[in-house]
Amino acid sequence: MNLITVSGPPSSGKTSVILKTIESLKKKGFKVAVAKFDCLYTDDDKLYEKAGIPVKKGLSGALCPDHYFVSNVEEITKWGVDNKFDILISESAGLCNRCSPYIKGIKAVCVIDNLSGINTPKKIGPMLKSADIVVITKGDIVSQAEREVFASRVNTVNPAAAIMHINGLTGQGSFELSTLLYDESLNIETLKGKELRFPMPSALCSYCLGETRIGESYQMGNVRKMKMED
Amino acid sequence: MKKTELISKKISSLLNEFPFLSAFFNDNGLELKGKKELTLPEYFAEFDEDEIEDRAIDAENLISQIGEFIEQMIAFLGKDEDIVKTVTILPGTDKSGDKEDFGKLEIHQGEIISIVGPTGSGKSRLLGDIEWVAQSDTPTSRKILVNNDIPDNKWRFSSSDKLVAQLSQNMNFVMDLSVFEFVELHAESRLVENKEDVISRIINKANDLAGEKFSPDTPITSLSGGQSRALMIADTAILSKSPIILIDEIENAGIDRKRALKLLLSEDKIVLMATHDPILALMGDKRIVIKNGGIYKIIDTTEEERTILSTLEEMDKTLLAYRTKLRSGEIITEIQKENIN
Repeated sequence: MNLITVSGPPSSGKTSVILKTIESLKKKGFKVAVAKFDCLYTDDDKLYEKAGIPVKKGLSGALCPDHYFVSNVEEITKWGVDNKFDILISESAGLCNRCSPYIKGIKAVCVIDNLSGINTPKKIGPMLKSADIVVITKGDIVSQAEREVFASRVNTVNPAAAIMHINGLTGQGSFELSTLLYDESLNIETLKGKELRFPMPSALCSYCLGETRIGESYQMGNVRKMKMED
Repeated sequence: MKKTELISKKISSLLNEFPFLSAFFNDNGLELKGKKELTLPEYFAEFDEDEIEDRAIDAENLISQIGEFIEQMIAFLGKDEDIVKTVTILPGTDKSGDKEDFGKLEIHQGEIISIVGPTGSGKSRLLGDIEWVAQSDTPTSRKILVNNDIPDNKWRFSSSDKLVAQLSQNMNFVMDLSVFEFVELHAESRLVENKEDVISRIINKANDLAGEKFSPDTPITSLSGGQSRALMIADTAILSKSPIILIDEIENAGIDRKRALKLLLSEDKIVLMATHDPILALMGDKRIVIKNGGIYKIIDTTEEERTILSTLEEMDKTLLAYRTKLRSGEIITEIQKENIN
């Protein structure tokens, strides 16, 4: 089975892109499933079900969503392998724009949209910078110039990625993306022993452990302060 | 450039050799002040662990990306403009799997091709095939040739070489910039040399096309619909490197459509125009009729149609005149027949 990790900021169009791309993959005879990761709430699993796509949903609730993802991705992979899917796509939102739950040897796709602003490529960390494929959405509503500037900024922060433009509403471009996803040499049976492409932030402070009171005397562990001089 | 060379040079000498690298450092948020005399490994070694973790800095990956970036930019700057003189469409199949009934369609620089057909008939797929330079590997199995040859893969994956630029009715400017700053930003991303000239040329052309004039310091988000379209067209004609411009309708308001097309053609573009408007459709040298996902017919605009086009344009003017009258508060009393015939 091929595992493909898709991530991107909330509302960038991940689900639409995945749904449209799966249409093309199914036509080629691939059995495709999705694992949807979110924080508090998602209805996207219903969209996948409606499209006849097997789906597992995971809500991280009070945990950091990316930590939750890594803790569960092996089980998800087992589910996919046991069910003999050809391709399992994991979808997760990058909430602080820093992390990317990308794994070495597993294809990584980042979805970002033209409306998010010209400086966004600068602001997103490994989620964008270490992706193999960057999908840019919502190009149908901004000018050609903005599309070109945005794509060139993405290229500056991740020169090695293939940059694709996809319209999540019409699916324009999703067929093209589908041709880049499956790679027989990337088939896996398990994720055991694989590594993340980038370590996640190590935060363990009193607030991680349930502290709610504000003030220096309540802060312990990994705490860092802003520089307030001048 | 070899990696050994890349990691042994000082950043200052890299910047000297490749001035465009400053954009890379800047966009990746890497401050160079006082550190230019270091080599790349020395530079990254100066970050302490906290910084590396906070800012997710992956030195090895960044160094290899710098190498990749330099190669891309050298390729981009060094090559002669690839001139796309012709784009050829070889037939595939329609939605029912029947073969499209034409030998081949060769489209030349400076031509306007209209694309007509009901909504959902397959216009987007045709454009998709051209953009992706299909090689019998899309649902229609069409094949696209560039300059009568099997095209380079860069048309698919390079962010700076796209075959098709698009202009459509529902596109907006979303940035908070003045017209001048906006065009400047675009010019910078294209690395044009005579920036000031190009910017003023674009703004002048846009003002030529727009009904109402605007100044370089107007915020782009406060341009009217016609002004926006005029600026988008002038900017795309002059700054976009894509040899093909796809236009998805141009509304007949606040912009001189004929001159807009002329401007695109004067910049040696190929213009594809998806439209339901008879005047635009007949402005094409040819029109492609799409039906059931396939190219159903290719029609050369006839002499007779061209004559009819001028009559239609007269009628259009009449309609516009009424529009202007209504807008200025007049009451319409009679049809001006002489204009229609």
